[in-house]
Amino acid sequence: MNPAVTLATARRVLGQLRHDHRTLAMLIVVPCVLLSLLAWIFDGTRTFDSLGAPLLGIFPFVVMFLVTSVATLRERTSGTLERLLTMPIGKLDLLVGYALAFGLVAVVQATVAALLAVTLLGLDITGPFWFLLLVAVLDALLGMALGLFVSAFAATEFQAVQFMPAFVLPQFLLCGLLVPRDRMDDVLRAISDVLPLSYAVDAMRDLSTSEGIAAEAWGDLSVVGAAIVLALGLGAATLRRRTP
Amino acid sequence: MGVDAGSHPVHIHQMMNNEATHPDAAVVVAGLKVVRGGRAVLDDVSLEVTRGTVTGLLGPSGCGKSTLMRSIVGVQIVEGGTVEVLGQPAGAKALRRSVGYVTQAPSVYADLTVRENLRYFAAVLGAPASDVDRVVDEVGLGSHIDVVTGRLSGGQAARVSLAAALLGNPEVLVLDEPTVGLDPVLRRDLWKLFAHLADNGSTLLVSSHVMDEATRCGRLLLMRDGRILADDSPEGLLERTGAPDVETAFLQLVEQAERSAA
Repeated sequence: MNPAVTLATARRVLGQLRHDHRTLAMLIVVPCVLLSLLAWIFDGTRTFDSLGAPLLGIFPFVVMFLVTSVATLRERTSGTLERLLTMPIGKLDLLVGYALAFGLVAVVQATVAALLAVTLLGLDITGPFWFLLLVAVLDALLGMALGLFVSAFAATEFQAVQFMPAFVLPQFLLCGLLVPRDRMDDVLRAISDVLPLSYAVDAMRDLSTSEGIAAEAWGDLSVVGAAIVLALGLGAATLRRRTP
Repeated sequence: MGVDAGSHPVHIHQMMNNEATHPDAAVVVAGLKVVRGGRAVLDDVSLEVTRGTVTGLLGPSGCGKSTLMRSIVGVQIVEGGTVEVLGQPAGAKALRRSVGYVTQAPSVYADLTVRENLRYFAAVLGAPASDVDRVVDEVGLGSHIDVVTGRLSGGQAARVSLAAALLGNPEVLVLDEPTVGLDPVLRRDLWKLFAHLADNGSTLLVSSHVMDEATRCGRLLLMRDGRILADDSPEGLLERTGAPDVETAFLQLVEQAERSAA
């Protein structure tokens, strides 16, 4: 790995986003609009308090999954990936460069959405605010790593976009947001146990229920961290210098 | 990260032999076979590209030019044979700074400006930042340096892609149809640039499906159906075949090959 090349890659990815004003605006505005809508729907009940924090973790996951799978597919089809891999760049430089850029975007996205949620929308978060940001960033990196991996199996942007419902929705249904995981059927519970988003949501939920940081929250976070490393490893394996 | 290093065993013996028998060759291809989609795209291709020359790789669309270039750059999975560049197996880690490659479709970021694209590739190559202005001038895009690449014409985008390959002054340049669709004045200027780079010691392999471009090259490789028909200088080729131009010489060689096959 070469830090100069990694940083140049991160700057390049951010540069691409900077030229795409609409995407940038949607990255920040859409989670805020959805959270406001949710707060409004459940106005006067306690439901928003239990859904709000987990959703702050789910937005970055979904958005980064989509953005990365399309961005990586573009690199593959435009030939820029092939060109880069003939140059002195390590696969990790490329992956970590992407992670730094999207991680930074996730920090901004989560900060804006979380500030809105706890101030105007009245979301109750008992744990520390920095921990919420940490979980949101890890969720974003998880989405990014999974998006990078699955993009290797998409030949067109149509297919890449379809991977969103295929890979993300089942995790959303089983993560414990709709039905608590301990009340699920054993089979569903077992599936939910191996899906990384479940742990991301658990970590967020701990924030809204316990003061300080519970030991379980760190445990959940380390599972998410391990899933990121695993998905990045699988993603790196799909970056081939030689192709048929 | 050296992931590929293990798949390219360096045979010191063989290398020294090649260095001794091909002292002037920047690229040595021997018995190359490439299969794509169950079909042999290249079959037993052998050739040399002389150092410090502009070698034209000419042949109709679909004859295997791009596959041969991909093999020389080291991004193509090959079935058999050897490809050596500057005495190293194609695609070796040590070559990643010394081989510049331009694919047929411009491989640059459409959503970045010309400057941002080149600055990024210069950083990856470890080339000085001043190289960006140099290569932009070389391909004649100075007035478009801050335009987003996606807004440029096809020919201009192709030149951005070419400019990226010129960063860091690579010893070997592999250019896949760099002059397609360009205005004749620009085409002439680019061929002048290629000759100038070769005079300064670079080795250029330039493909084209336009036979007229042969006269711009110091050496010619004529290709058809995955095989090399001729490996000669333009003058030598015309003299040998008695043809008035390269297109006629190409036809004669094809007919000759068909007669001897029959």
